[in-house]
Amino acid sequence: MLKIVNLSKSFNTGTENEIKVFDNLNLQIEANKCTAIIGPNGCGKSTLLNLIGGSISPDQGQIILNGKDVTKLKEEERAIYIGKVHQNPYMGVSPSLTILENIALADKKGEKFTLRRLIKRKNMDRYIELLESIDLGLENKLNTKVKFLSGGQRQSLALLMAAMKHPDLMLLDEHTAALDPRTSRIIMKKTKELIEKYSITTIMISHNMRDAIEYSDRIIMLDKGKVVLDKPSKSLTEDQLLDIYRRRFEESIA
Amino acid sequence: MNSLIITSIEQGLIFAILAMGVVISYKILNMADLSVEGTFPFGAFLFAKFISMGMNPIVSTLMAFCIGTLAGLLTSVLFTKIRIKPLLAGILTMTILYSVNLKINGKSNIPLFSYDSVFNLGNALVVLVIIVLIIKIILDLFLKTETGYLLIATGDNESLVRSLGKNSNMYKTMGLMLANGLVALSGALMAQMQGFADITMGSSIIVVALASIIIGDTIMKNSHKIENTTRAILGAIIYKIIGGIAIDLGLDPQDLKAISAIIVIAFIFYNNSMADLLELRKRKVELRNAKNSQSVQEF
Ligand SMILES: Nc1ncnc2c1ncn2[C@@H]1O[C@H](COP(=O)(O)OP(=O)(O)O)[C@@H](O)[C@H]1O
Ligand SMILES: [Mg+2]
Repeated sequence: MLKIVNLSKSFNTGTENEIKVFDNLNLQIEANKCTAIIGPNGCGKSTLLNLIGGSISPDQGQIILNGKDVTKLKEEERAIYIGKVHQNPYMGVSPSLTILENIALADKKGEKFTLRRLIKRKNMDRYIELLESIDLGLENKLNTKVKFLSGGQRQSLALLMAAMKHPDLMLLDEHTAALDPRTSRIIMKKTKELIEKYSITTIMISHNMRDAIEYSDRIIMLDKGKVVLDKPSKSLTEDQLLDIYRRRFEESIA
Repeated sequence: MNSLIITSIEQGLIFAILAMGVVISYKILNMADLSVEGTFPFGAFLFAKFISMGMNPIVSTLMAFCIGTLAGLLTSVLFTKIRIKPLLAGILTMTILYSVNLKINGKSNIPLFSYDSVFNLGNALVVLVIIVLIIKIILDLFLKTETGYLLIATGDNESLVRSLGKNSNMYKTMGLMLANGLVALSGALMAQMQGFADITMGSSIIVVALASIIIGDTIMKNSHKIENTTRAILGAIIYKIIGGIAIDLGLDPQDLKAISAIIVIAFIFYNNSMADLLELRKRKVELRNAKNSQSVQEF
């Protein structure tokens, strides 16, 4: 379970460009559930995930993961508990390395890196099995450099690499937004399979209301850093959600 | 002519070590580390210091490597801790090294003819081939280790390295130290080969290194299996042979620098415009795919 306590974050503090993104945000995310976060551009979705992941630090407040206060841990220290997939498929992989090398690196996540060979024969069967599980035939392209894969293949690999060591928490920041609609659906399905297979607590940012309803257990809507809707996904239809979203954000634009 | 080729190969082998160092900073870490202009003579002056103190030439050369790594450490601290941009960090280290180099022996030119050198161990060419092969093999093996792959990943995607639970700055430091150690080693060998250490011997050395790397990459464009180290070695030797022949045919040695720079510009221009072309083509295909799948969806 993830607990966010009195979290505040501003950018450019003390300048005329100061932006207060969060002011005393409190939130609890249940274990083994998928929580979708929706809201317009600039409402703070990515900032929230970055604060949880540790690539930026809060001005105030705590982030408590499974009872452990991780607020003070550096990004790489808390990365051991967290898997992340970003919008940009290049962010989760090492493009100039091969599929096999990427998987082998991800397999050492959180462990000590020594002067032993990275690719060991005894692990090959396990790597192939993992790649077979995402069903893209990547196991037949072990020695292909990741930069030669398609965006969807790359993102599937990034997803597998983030999930394969069973992190306590998975952070997905519009991870299908850069893909074409068909690939995007496929990746969403694979995401669901993976997080269910490893029962990983997941927070997913999405701009797609249908995905949010279909693939999450709970929907949180943010507006200017505040929670303005928090409901079980099953209690809403896509049309209802779209309606709420439109009324709230399109009126405020007008 | 024959002796010209042999001299070129010998010098090429010395520059091969320089080029392998720059492969680590420029190709693997994706950083243009200009400090090597100071590190190359640094290695030469360190060698001069130790040999004149009565140390054995092998130990003196190894010491040049070890202390040379500190130049990489300095650049890395400027870059990762003080957050100076890599280019300026390298220039600052180079500037500091200029003064340090003059201080080491108190002179800007040290003759070394009267001292022993590693080339007295046997035929110079054979000695160099052995040294270069040892370095190449160690480097290739290192780049296949867990740590080595993390170094490559750092140049590729730092956020991946952090997500694996590692501090990417540590690997940058390691890479820069290794790179500068090799450059200093190369400088120490050059001093022994030419018989003196001189404050100007590092000037435009980065261009020589880049030209070697680029030549090595280009001549073996279609053989992906070949390691970066092999490419750098062959590139450096070819660079030196072509340069040697050009000078023999009457090219003013002073013009060689400009020509090297032009080689670098031309190849980078070629590679970038090829990359743009490929990117354009790829984007068109992606756009078409997106449209197709959209129509499938609608259907
Ligand atoms: N590193 C940063 N520096 C300054 N402002 C930032 C930074 N990151 C985000 N912001 C600002 O914070 C607000 C929230 O951004 P973000 O969390 O990226 O929104 P979302 O992901 O919901 O679209 C925006 O106004 C954005 O401009
Ligand atoms: Mg965002």
